[in-house]
Amino acid sequence: MSASGSNPQPPRSDADRVVPTSLDALIERDNAQGLIAPDSDCVVSSRVRLARNLIGYPFVHRATPDQLNDLVHRVQSARMSGPFQAGVRWVNVQATAAIDRLLLFERNLISRPFVESPHPRCVAISSDETTSVMVNEEDHLRLQMLAPGLQLQPLASRMFALDASLERSLEFSFHPRFGYLTACPTNVGTGIRVSAMLHLPALIMLDEIDRMKRAAKDMHLAVRGFHGEGTEAIGDFFQVSNQTTLGRSEIDLVEEFTLSIVPQFVAYERTARQTLVERDPASLDDRVFRALGILRSCRLLALEESLKFLSRIRLGVALGRVSDVTLAQVDRLLVEVQPAHLARSMGHELNTAQDEELAKDASPHTGKNRDDRAARATMVRASLNA
Amino acid sequence: MQRECDCCPEIAVVHETLVRDGVKSEVHLCVAHAQERGYILPSSEGPTLIVSKLLEQTKPVAVRAARACPVCAMTMAAIRAAGLAGCPQCYSFFEGDLGLIIERAQGGATVHVGRHPEHAGELVDRAAMRNKLAKELREAVSREEYERAARLRDALLQLGVPVDKNEVDIAFKIGSQGDEKDGAPS
Ligand SMILES: [Zn+2]
Ligand SMILES: [Zn+2]
Repeated sequence: MSASGSNPQPPRSDADRVVPTSLDALIERDNAQGLIAPDSDCVVSSRVRLARNLIGYPFVHRATPDQLNDLVHRVQSARMSGPFQAGVRWVNVQATAAIDRLLLFERNLISRPFVESPHPRCVAISSDETTSVMVNEEDHLRLQMLAPGLQLQPLASRMFALDASLERSLEFSFHPRFGYLTACPTNVGTGIRVSAMLHLPALIMLDEIDRMKRAAKDMHLAVRGFHGEGTEAIGDFFQVSNQTTLGRSEIDLVEEFTLSIVPQFVAYERTARQTLVERDPASLDDRVFRALGILRSCRLLALEESLKFLSRIRLGVALGRVSDVTLAQVDRLLVEVQPAHLARSMGHELNTAQDEELAKDASPHTGKNRDDRAARATMVRASLNA
Repeated sequence: MQRECDCCPEIAVVHETLVRDGVKSEVHLCVAHAQERGYILPSSEGPTLIVSKLLEQTKPVAVRAARACPVCAMTMAAIRAAGLAGCPQCYSFFEGDLGLIIERAQGGATVHVGRHPEHAGELVDRAAMRNKLAKELREAVSREEYERAARLRDALLQLGVPVDKNEVDIAFKIGSQGDEKDGAPS
């Protein structure tokens, strides 16, 4: 595109490198550390997103590079409260290496389109990695908060506080009839997207997942895969989120997700798990411990395989059938087996061509080459044999 | 072949190909929406006659260029092609067209409910919005779009503004007979 051609990327500096700190935002904490996230046997994580746009600028796809840079500066100079008070890291995504952009995506801190967008763009990440603000995604601002387990209500109230704090320095476009205005008409109104990442292995094993998907459709929910938008469900993980944003308050929506929608899926899954335990415990244990055996001994491991087996181990841990592995360990591995994390753990500075290829491949099924599979196997073995 | 209007399920009678910055886009409009956008149609003739006349033409009959947003220059055709509005102002400029698109995308919802920026609290001109919705309600009734009319009535009541008694009566009558009369758009 001419826009990126006339706007050469500045040289990479250390400041633009993203150094992974912790995965605590995404995962269940170890028992030893105390807290267990609510419903984490079936709910991996909760997420709340808000779309906001400033008045006086065209939407991102119609804005000039100057306007987009101006937007970044406006947001950077705004005071952000809540999780950002303890510390904020601004990442200039346009100037960041492809592998690090992908790393942020694998960590759910930025969206897939944000990895590859042609626009000047930045993301603010809170030091605890629970919260991020993408500037110049499809909308000027996309605010996002993550938490392990089912925690949509606390997330939402923290999100509203952050939104209110930003509103003190930024004027958001709002229409009396259509609410908060967004580039895409499907997001106007509240601009809120709430989602829960569900782990539903028993429903898959009992072939009842279509029932769940039909129920989701009846409730006007979007069902997506491990990485949200545009990804297939892999390894028994499903993200459910609201499809409409107009005509219902944020509070009603969050309440419905918390009290009705997610508990309903959790109840389906728990019933299915109980059925598996009662009907044929030996067969269930075989699946779980076979998966554990493979991951503890394998020498080459592809991504799809690792997700499949980690899912079974997660089921075994949640049912108390595996006692020497924690949910936290499994959830951490689910992130660490992914391509950018793996490449980072191998200490690979991928060359630019490989780097770009890695980031462009929209499917998560990368890492087909032998070295990656060997490295993934080594990493998973080390964790599960510890 | 008959084509739907870009803005509603009616059959389009105006068919125009626009070329802007080398990008081709098509506009298809029903009688009502064509008139709303300033296309001049032979008004004394019935829709059927207009259709047959227009079908004879090989080049566009429209007399003026499609309206563009004064701030970002997007036309409705461009917005439809991109699936995105160009700027916040587009929503006011194309309120009618975008309102219908939003309604379809948002499961029939017509009006925002929920949080709003502090600065907008006093700006929300409920009376103006009420007038707009009431006008759309009357139009929906006259087009026998009862399901939509019922939703607009709900939106009006939701606004919490005093609603004209006659209108509410009409709306409630609609609501009670709505279901069977409102066919799905073809
Ligand atoms: Zn029309
Ligand atoms: Zn505009």
